[in-house]
Formats: sequence, C-alpha cells, structure tokens
Amino acid sequence: MEDNRVVITGIGVVSALGVGVDAHLAALAAPPESPPVDRNRFAPYCVHPLPEIDWSLQIPKRGDQRQMETWQRLGTFTAGLALQDAGLKDNESLCATMDMIVAAGGGERDTEVDNLILAESLNRNDREVLLNEKLSTDLRPTLFLAQLSNLLAGNISIVHKVTGSSRTFMGEEAAGISAVEYAASRIRAGQSTHALVGGAYNAEHVDMLLNYAAGGYLHRGVVAPVWNRAASDGGGVVTGSGAAFLVLESEAHARERGAPALAILGPVVSGRARRRRDDLAAMLISMARRAAIREGDLTISGASGALEATKAESAALASICPVRAFSTLTGHMKEAQFPFAIALAALAVAHGVTPPSFGSPLESAMHSPPARALATTIGLRHGEGMVMVEKP
Amino acid sequence: MSSFVDHLRRPVVAVTGMGVVTSLGVGKHDNWAKLIAGQSGIRRIGRFPLDHLNTTIAGLVDFLPASSRGPSALTGELAHLAAREALEESGFSGGDFGGPLFLAAPPVELDWRQRFELHADGPAELAGGARLLAEAERRNTESIWRSGSFFAIADDLAEEIGARGLPVTLSTACASGATAIQLAVEAIRRGDSDRALAVGADGSATAEALIRFSLLSALSTNNAAPEKASKPFSRDRDGFILAEGAAALVLESLEAATARGATILGVIAGCGEKADDFHRTRSKPDGSPAIAAIRAALADAGLGEDAIDYVNAHGTSTPENDKMEHLSLSTVFGERMKTIPVSSNKSMIGHTLSAAGAIEAVFSLMTMRESVLPPTINHDNPDPAIDLDVVPNVARKARVSAVLSNSFGFGGQNACLVMTREPR
Repeated sequence: MEDNRVVITGIGVVSALGVGVDAHLAALAAPPESPPVDRNRFAPYCVHPLPEIDWSLQIPKRGDQRQMETWQRLGTFTAGLALQDAGLKDNESLCATMDMIVAAGGGERDTEVDNLILAESLNRNDREVLLNEKLSTDLRPTLFLAQLSNLLAGNISIVHKVTGSSRTFMGEEAAGISAVEYAASRIRAGQSTHALVGGAYNAEHVDMLLNYAAGGYLHRGVVAPVWNRAASDGGGVVTGSGAAFLVLESEAHARERGAPALAILGPVVSGRARRRRDDLAAMLISMARRAAIREGDLTISGASGALEATKAESAALASICPVRAFSTLTGHMKEAQFPFAIALAALAVAHGVTPPSFGSPLESAMHSPPARALATTIGLRHGEGMVMVEKP
Repeated sequence: MSSFVDHLRRPVVAVTGMGVVTSLGVGKHDNWAKLIAGQSGIRRIGRFPLDHLNTTIAGLVDFLPASSRGPSALTGELAHLAAREALEESGFSGGDFGGPLFLAAPPVELDWRQRFELHADGPAELAGGARLLAEAERRNTESIWRSGSFFAIADDLAEEIGARGLPVTLSTACASGATAIQLAVEAIRRGDSDRALAVGADGSATAEALIRFSLLSALSTNNAAPEKASKPFSRDRDGFILAEGAAALVLESLEAATARGATILGVIAGCGEKADDFHRTRSKPDGSPAIAAIRAALADAGLGEDAIDYVNAHGTSTPENDKMEHLSLSTVFGERMKTIPVSSNKSMIGHTLSAAGAIEAVFSLMTMRESVLPPTINHDNPDPAIDLDVVPNVARKARVSAVLSNSFGFGGQNACLVMTREPR
C-alpha cells in the first residue's frame, strides 16, 4: 500500500470577511472589530451575510448562473477560486482526471411558493390537495435541480469541467469532515492523485435557520465571541454564509506539474462521540493527540458557539495551545465548516501569519508565526473532526 | 485456491451478507421469487391525494410502520431492515460490526405535515417562514430537528450495528447506491478495515417529490395500467416510475471472510465512475461519460469486455436514458452486445433513486448465485433502435460468472460496478 504525502495546492474561500485568499489573510492578521452582520432580515437572529460577489468572474455564462440557487452559485464560484489558486483552472486534462467530493446540505426552497401555501392552508381543510394544486402550478421546474444536494458537484462539473469523479457527502458538519478525510485517504493510498474538496453554505434563507431553530441552537441578541455566548441568549449559534474549497494532491503529483505546496495535510482524525454518555472533552483531547498536536501549534477552531460542544472544545483545546475560532467573525457554515477551518489553517502556516485574538480572553496570545496549525470542527450535535496542517 | 489479492495486488472484496426491501416486499428471498416471476410492485398511490397530479402511480413501500411517517422516518426504517438482513446473513448481527458504514440516502427536509403543523400553531402576528421559525424554536422538539438532519439516519444505524467511526451519508443522485458500495470497496482495499457495510435507502416518495420529477417530465403518466407502466427499452416508454426501497451489502476482504469461514456470496471486482459536464439532467449525446464509467469499472476489475455475461441495466424507462445506455453498451461491447443479455429490474420495482444502485447490486449477485436472469417485463413493443436481448418478459436460466451493473443520475453522475460469482 502506498503512503503518499498529501499537500494543499489550491485554496478558495468566501465568507462575510470577503472574497478569496487575500481578504482572509488580511482578516487573520487583523480581525475586524465588528464583522459584517445582518441583524434585521431574520430578527431576532443574526446572520453573517455574503460579501458582494461578481459571479461572472468564475461562472461566465449567465445561463449557468440562472440554473443555480445561491449555495450552488457560491460553491461553484469558490471551487473556481481554488482551481485558479492551484493553477488548474482551464487545465482540461487535469480537471478531467480530477476527483471531487463535495459536502452539501439541502438546497433552497422557493420561499414565496411555500409562504403562499402556508397562508392558504389556514382557510382549507384539504391541505394535501392544496399542496398538489399549488406545487404543480407554482414551482419552477428547474428549482428541483437547485435543491438537489449533488447538483453543486454537478454544476462544478459543468462550469469547471472537473469530471474525474463526483461524490457528494451529506450530514451537516460531518459531511465536510468526511469529505476531506476520504479525498485525502484516497490520495494517501494511491487511489487518487488530485482532488477538489469543499462545501458551501447559504445561511441567508429561512429554511436554513428552521432546523437550527427546531434544535434550539440559535443565538439571539448581540454577537459575542463563540466561546463567550450565554444560555440566556439562546443556543449559541450564529450562522454565516460562506464556502471553502481545497485542491489536494499527492506531493509527487504536485511536484511533477511544478505546483508549489501551500501546506501539508495530515491524516484527518474523525469521530462519532455519543454525546449523551461520552466525555466529549476527553475525546477531543485524545483526538488532538492523535492529530499530533504539540506546544507552539496554533488551533484554527471551527467552534460553532453551540453551547455544549463549544464548552467541551474550549475545555479540551484552549490549554494546549493558542486557539482562534473563526466563527466569531464569519458565522457557522455547517457543511463548509471543516474545509474552511483547513483553508484558514493552511493560509496561516503558508504565509506565516500570527493571528491576534478574535476578541475572546480565551484566545491566548501567540508570539511567533505557527509552522503547524490544527483545524477542528465539532458538530453541533454530532460528528467531530481534526487535522494537522503544516508548513512544507 | 483463489488469491486473496486482485490483479493490482489489492485485497479482493467479497460480499458476505445482503438484505433488500422493495415495493415487492421485505427480504431478498421474497423479492427474488417475485422478480423472477415477473411481478410488478407498481400500484396506484394511496399515500396522499392524487388531485392535480399528472402521475398517480409509484412503487411505494407502503407496508411498514414508518410508511406514513414521512421520508426521514421511512428511509431510516428501510435502511435498518436491509442492514439487519445483511448483517444476520454475514454473522455480524451482534451489534459490534466494527467496520465503517456508507449510507446512500435522499436529501431530506422538513416535510409538509410538519410545516403545516408549525404554521397552524405559530404566533398569529407572524406569517410564513418567520412563523415557522418562532414555533419551531418554541417547541424545540427532536422530531422536527431529526427530519431535517441528513446525519440522523446514519447516526442511528451506526449506533445499532456498532459501526466504526464517523458514518458517511452520501448522494450521487440515482447512482448513490453504487457509490456507497464503491466507497466501501475502496476502504477495504486501503486496508482501513476488513469489512464495511454499504446501504442504499430511499423512502422519499412524497407528493412534492412526485411533482418535482413531473415538472421535469421525467415520470411515466401511464396511470391506467400501473403494472405495465415501466417498460425499459420499449418503443412506447414514457418515463420512470418513482419508487422506494433499500438494500445493504456486507463487504469483507476475501481473506478475512475466508478466515472466519463465512459464505462468499460474490465478489465486487471493480468500480468505475466518470462525471458528465454536459447538462444538469441530460447526458452528453455521444455517451462518452457513461462509456468511460463502464470501461473504468472493467479496468478496475482487470477484466476484458468479453468477460461480462450479463448486464443489470440502469434501464429507467425514460426515452433518454435507455437510448443513451444502449449507445454506451454498444460502444463498449461492440457487436457482441446484441447477444449479451441485459435486463432492467426497474421494469418491476420502478426507480428506487438513492437505493437503486445497491438494490440492483444485490439482484446482480443473486442472478449469479441462482443462475437465473430476471426479466425486463412489459416488453411488448420493442424499440427498433435498441437492438438488445433484454430478457423480455420471462426469466431465463443462464450460468453467469460476471455482471456489469450500471447507475446513471442527474447532475452527471455515472457509476458502474463489475461483480463476479467467484473470486478469481
């Protein structure tokens, strides 16, 4: 069995902090005191909105843009950024052999049609008939395709010609963890040479908030750092729109085509803690050890703010080395959270950034740029993942 | 004595347990008996009102406790049933399976009954989504959270069977079941584990799902004769039949399976995939991605075209798929394709979407074990442009040692499996 080293050769990121690598490097080095937050549209909840994006920079055809809902457009756009960063954009032969794993949730429903049906349902006893009547006349036929989870990958194939393989993982934060884990494991074992992996999340949609609300996870009121949110303000989570895609390659494949490695990706350590009975903090410590954490490292944490999971993560990791939780600035991005954590970790080590605290006293000072950074994502309710990212 | 490694020195991956549920029934023996008898599981829909619908027939699993409890609950029950049957057969039913779980499942969302309920009870001063949000938070109930959680089904199943690690839930649309098997095969070949469980389950046939597919003109509207509506490769085929079902396969390295004396039900010899960049619902006119996926599966198996003696077709009964599948098969197998039997289980069970690839893999393996080719029923009016031996209408005895099973889906998904009866 082969044991190839896996390197990151391309990064695409979009969040409330901006579009692309430079905007995020700048935010890592000097985090904004008040990151962009929309307090009105979904009050009493806040969301971190998308920045302004010129979609045509990565999705030139208007027709393609129209065929996608926001999360797909965002993911397809960000995948393009990653390919460009890796020097693979428009490289037909390498895109045609490139593997792809996308972490995706559900798409976006047509809120207008849904609201119409809900309003009408108050005057009708035959709700199921109403549903048939309205859905068959008012739904746009192509909306279905904008909702199917695997159609983000499908759109990436169409727009960027990535066609070696196309797999979509679902399952909230765990989808993002497994997507990176399997893409990297395949490369490590010689089952793949290069892969595009990532996810996208559009927080600015009522359906995306609905599930969080049902689980009691949403934070209300003033946005505080994720480590410092109180139960009296709700469930601790503020969501944000964003996306992250990575180009992963075997070191040999990158070297052969003369592509510089931005960072080395270690083996992903993943887990399914039984949160009701396991000691989550103890499990996280053991996972961090397996990911080879040591003094002097930086932890780029994907802590969501969800009260229990975030408390366990702070208890487990904050004492080992300095931690920076980016969701304080960007909001939680669900399926995209782990790829995003890895992207920031890679940027920090590749560019030697020493990030100051993102506003929480828990985030102790760093005195020199890290050579290694641990990226973490602990799911709101399930799924834990960590991986070490190192300077080459 | 066969070798424990394949032509690329990778562990040979054997199947040691299988389970299946379709509209025909629960369990592989019941399903198989009906399948080779040419029975159809397609019926007029009784689960929801049919007013305003163009299609009123489907292959629903309507005989389970969860059948009326929404897509998430039914998909979960289907997955559990199939997994239990597979694990029992393999001898791993003790709740300590110890290998990874790969679950192909449909995307789920809060269903309409829950939406109506939240809306009816929500604060009257709010409207639409805002009202749902307020009521969802006030209730804070597990059932609502769960029906929108993509991870919940795999989480429960992993807990019940004692799967190792973080389970993977995946979707490659109509190829999902095949992709779950491919992920399991790859994990065993990497040496991540001696065994893995691949499950495909789909209980998502709601009124809305039916309408969405209808709006894409993908479904048959042959409502008058439900059992005759799915007619893959026929001239008058007019769309697929929405259906539900599940299948599970215990995959194991041949070496580990042999060491513990397990019965080898067959071998997953090769997996191939290729994405299509042509269109969101249509495949490239030259069939090149499907062709590439078939060739990749053969190459992965280390087999030539001449080794395949039966094709379990994707065969959806849509005008487009069956034409493209014929083109792809003819391109790969040439003149010989006229004599290789190829049949579509979907003529009887409909299109089980996320589960199809897994269900059809189970039926492919049973085809080899039982030496009977299941028929393509409703083949009364052959398409003259499709010159294939579709095993028309009646099952046929045949010794089969290698099968190709195709799965093609929206979003440019193409995944193919090559299975053999014996290790080589």
